[in-house]
Amino acid sequence: MKLRGKVHNYGDDVNTDVIIPARYLNVYDPAELAQHAMEDLDPDFLKKVKPGDIIVAGANFGCGSSREHAPLAIKAAGISCVVAKSFARIFYRNAIDIGLPILECEEAVDKTRAGDTLEVDLSTGEIKNITRGLTFEAKPYPNFMLELINAGGLIEYTKRKLAANRGIKVRR
Amino acid sequence: MTLAEKILAAHCGKKKISPGELINVKVDLVLSNDITAPIAIKEFRRIGVKKVFDPKKVVMVPDHFVPNKDIASAEQAKMMKEFALQQKLVYFEVGEMGIEHVLLPEKGLVLPGDVVIGADSHTCTYGALGAFATGMGSTDIATAMATGEIWMKVPPTIKFVYSGKLRKWVSGKDLILYTIGDIGVDGATYACMEFTGDAISRLSMDSRFTMANMAIEAGAKAGIFSVDQNTLDYVKSRAKRPYKVYESDKNSQYSKVIEYDVSKIEPQVAFPHKPSNTRPISKVGKVEIDQVVIGSCTNGRLEDLQIAARVLRGRKVNKRVRCIIIPGSREVYLQALRKGLVKLFIEAGAVVSTPTCGPCLGGYMGVLAAGERCVSTTNRNFVGRMGSPQSEVYLANPAIAAASAVLGRIAGPEEVGR
Ligand code: SF4
Repeated sequence: MKLRGKVHNYGDDVNTDVIIPARYLNVYDPAELAQHAMEDLDPDFLKKVKPGDIIVAGANFGCGSSREHAPLAIKAAGISCVVAKSFARIFYRNAIDIGLPILECEEAVDKTRAGDTLEVDLSTGEIKNITRGLTFEAKPYPNFMLELINAGGLIEYTKRKLAANRGIKVRR
Repeated sequence: MTLAEKILAAHCGKKKISPGELINVKVDLVLSNDITAPIAIKEFRRIGVKKVFDPKKVVMVPDHFVPNKDIASAEQAKMMKEFALQQKLVYFEVGEMGIEHVLLPEKGLVLPGDVVIGADSHTCTYGALGAFATGMGSTDIATAMATGEIWMKVPPTIKFVYSGKLRKWVSGKDLILYTIGDIGVDGATYACMEFTGDAISRLSMDSRFTMANMAIEAGAKAGIFSVDQNTLDYVKSRAKRPYKVYESDKNSQYSKVIEYDVSKIEPQVAFPHKPSNTRPISKVGKVEIDQVVIGSCTNGRLEDLQIAARVLRGRKVNKRVRCIIIPGSREVYLQALRKGLVKLFIEAGAVVSTPTCGPCLGGYMGVLAAGERCVSTTNRNFVGRMGSPQSEVYLANPAIAAASAVLGRIAGPEEVGR
């Protein structure tokens, strides 16, 4: 699957408190959360973002709180993919679980600027910077992650696993 | 194997595991709260099973926005409560509750050797008891509620060795702030931090909870302490089921060993907007403040309130400061009452609240306006964490927080005078 969109660029250690501030966590509907996505870091984010756009960020993206509201909010705001130097571990799990594609690639981050157009091929991990005519290789997903992604997220994966176990004995 | 590896191995039915390996772990406890449970419940329903795997092992604690701060948060708390009652889960209403990470160890719900996962990043707090505990998101928690299992990657362990004698007013909070200042907010990403050394063996349980609590602030998957007499004394009267004590082997493989001489460590203050942005109290300079918060899952335990009381006794909170003190649980609140701390705080000019996360995450009970500064015993000082994105949070131990409340600027307890 190929994703294509304009880049919104951020630095290192973007935490989940700025991705979706806790004061808005009295709801969990993704569309409502999206109204405040990135608000404390980039107040104009919502005005700028178009469906399919891509966030490019430095190291440790998504650090801090475990709130799954963070990947849900940016996904519902239209972000198709996040490319970062590295991700905080809970955010990494959450994004895969809910089906927000995320890729790690230092070089792509270093050579991409806000407003560039990126094309990301999720099946190969190839990231093309269309604006600058550059191509990068993202770190491949571990096999198990691919299984999760291909199943359509953790819930679908779990459903299949439980169905496969049925007849043997489902642990309750 | 390390302590963490041994616990994980025992929970995935393997004799030996090593870092990087993907394992399927049976969990002893699955936790969520009034913010993360609603999504977990929604996802749980999508899986299509009717009942949680074991209602005695699924805990839901309303603590972030309760007693409900507005209609929207009331709806979330209601959804959680209805699910918890209907599934007969372990659930605590506000009169009985506390901040989840203060409450669960107190109630004996987490014990040494356990694997605990929670839809809250500070689930790592329970590492203080020699348990392997880690935070995840709501969907992971939903899966574990349905199956009693979760996939994990075995983390490498970094060993931290603290030796020497602590200076006056230095607590677990200062050791962990100093450590995060040293290794950075991603200094332990994906790893387990094992806290060891002679200074650690002399550390109180409350200080150990504080340190394990903030392992996530270095990006760690877990923070862990070995079990000693202190731990056993804490657990003895609380445990209602058997538990198992594991120990790191002498020849354990660590990805790194980092050593600190604690006699050189002063009380620390983390400046905005990162927990790693630390300075010793002597290098803080003049920073005027508007609010002080003493509480949270980091420093809302009895020892923390006692330290604050030692500083506030016979003194008054500065005219320009809102000083908000929040016992972390009903048990802490009652002990503070019995020991006269609540009266002391109120007479000093502080407000004392029912247990809640409240201001720690900018929820309610002490939200900051633009330009305001707060000294807080909590764990995060990110942009907008306690209110306006133009406000500032300085993280510190309860002694500094109390002294700052008196002087109206960030100050060490020695500065308030006799
Ligand atoms: S006290 Fe603060 S850090 Fe702890 S669980 Fe509550 S909101 Fe999270």
